[in-house]
Amino acid sequence: MKTLLQVAGLNAWYGESHVLHGVDMTVGEGEMITILGRNGVGKTTTLRTIMGILRERKGQIIFDGKDMMDVPLHRTAHAGIGFVPEERGIFATLTVEENLMLPPVVAGNGMSLEEIYDLFPNLQERRHSPGTKLSGGEQQMLAIARILRTGVRLLILDEPTEGLAPVIVQRIGEVLRKLKDRGMTVLLVEQNFRFASRVADRFYLMDHGQMVADFPVRELPERMDMLHSVLGV
Amino acid sequence: MTMIFGIPIQAFLGQLLIGLINGSFYALLSLGLAVIFGLLRVINFAHGAQYMLGAFVALLLLQYFGINYWLALFLAPLIIGLLGALIERSMLSRLYKLDHLYGLLFTFGLALTIEGTFRYLYGAAGQPYSVPTALAGGTNLGFMFLPIYRGWVVVISLIACIGTWLLIEKTKLGSYLRAATENAVLVQAFGVNVPLLLTFTYGFGAALAAFAGVLAAPIYQVSPLMGSNLIIVVFAVVVVGGMGSIMGAIITGYMLGIAEGLTKVFYPEASNIVIFVIMAIVLLIRPAGLFGRDA
Repeated sequence: MKTLLQVAGLNAWYGESHVLHGVDMTVGEGEMITILGRNGVGKTTTLRTIMGILRERKGQIIFDGKDMMDVPLHRTAHAGIGFVPEERGIFATLTVEENLMLPPVVAGNGMSLEEIYDLFPNLQERRHSPGTKLSGGEQQMLAIARILRTGVRLLILDEPTEGLAPVIVQRIGEVLRKLKDRGMTVLLVEQNFRFASRVADRFYLMDHGQMVADFPVRELPERMDMLHSVLGV
Repeated sequence: MTMIFGIPIQAFLGQLLIGLINGSFYALLSLGLAVIFGLLRVINFAHGAQYMLGAFVALLLLQYFGINYWLALFLAPLIIGLLGALIERSMLSRLYKLDHLYGLLFTFGLALTIEGTFRYLYGAAGQPYSVPTALAGGTNLGFMFLPIYRGWVVVISLIACIGTWLLIEKTKLGSYLRAATENAVLVQAFGVNVPLLLTFTYGFGAALAAFAGVLAAPIYQVSPLMGSNLIIVVFAVVVVGGMGSIMGAIITGYMLGIAEGLTKVFYPEASNIVIFVIMAIVLLIRPAGLFGRDA
């Protein structure tokens, strides 16, 4: 499998506070990776640092053979990385359709508006309402949908199921599997362990700003005891 | 003679119209301030100076190059807009990481520098700029004699205001602006060059001020202090309308211009302070402004 994202020795800081202490990880093309870990170990920070939102960073981030460390934030998406933040980031002053059309298309292989409305019929029905008038689940769908339009190759998702009803979580799982079938690479942080075990190919376990384990989904049963102790679940 | 509230209707309608003309300038200027504040979170104290520069550029273009009003109406905003973009890129953008107060102080210093320089070069007295021939003369409306140029100012200001509103509310560029106002980092993570957007916005705001300045030149004369006299009123307009609200700035601009005009009819002594009294009341009752989002 071709390596799409290579992260090595990644350190990051929020002002004085040193949050990432040498993160190493690789993501292969078409893989679906989940980062597990307790609250505050640096999962979200890892995503934000890879994306280039957090600029106080050292180490190596190579995406599709390109060194991303000096790429400015507004060029990250153009390199092929799309981001769905934890708080979803739906804009209140934009309609659903404006939210959907906001991120610039960066490559030709993104979904068309028809395909997106096929996948998320609710968004079409409500395309003229303000973005934040949608339910939490619909907002999450919109946050994912708008990135799918852009044609990025790596989708970074921060806790996509947080605070959502089980039926919506299931729906998001279906969407992610569809994306996988299309060859999309996905890197997600997830607290919902059941959800993660159903969509992911491989896991990274994070603790104290580092990756402490890395294993494929089939090793999950034998790793459960270790996960229980590290995650405290 | 027809009376309205014990006032001759001629006087009433006359002041209403004067209020509308003043309101046009308030609306244009507070609109620019609102656009800049919305995205940059900078209270642009240089707005009055940029308005004055617009008028001066029109005057100098005429004096040195014989460029007429119509071309100046296009060229002066372009020149001042580019100058604004240059200032944002080279200086103002360095202050975004600091408290917003620094942006205000910087633009305040900039305004004083520009106005001081022009006062040194051209003196404090106003210089006349003649009304373009196509808009010379006036028309009798029955209740008052309306100089055609002033009617033109009302119409063109309204067009500029509505055009700006459409640009922000109905275009792709406008959706970038609105989204970046809410969450600039995320918009940038989507691949939009937000720093460039900020530069454009400041330049656009400065261009709007310069546009108002060219419109004002034939009415108020061109003087280095024309902006500082007006800008305080315009800040009051922005506070009443609600910081960052585009439509709020436009409507409040016209509304307060009219309120000021009508106060001249009913209680002339209060006409200079009525806008500030309204501002104080609004601040007490609805601090986010009449059209502010988070009142």
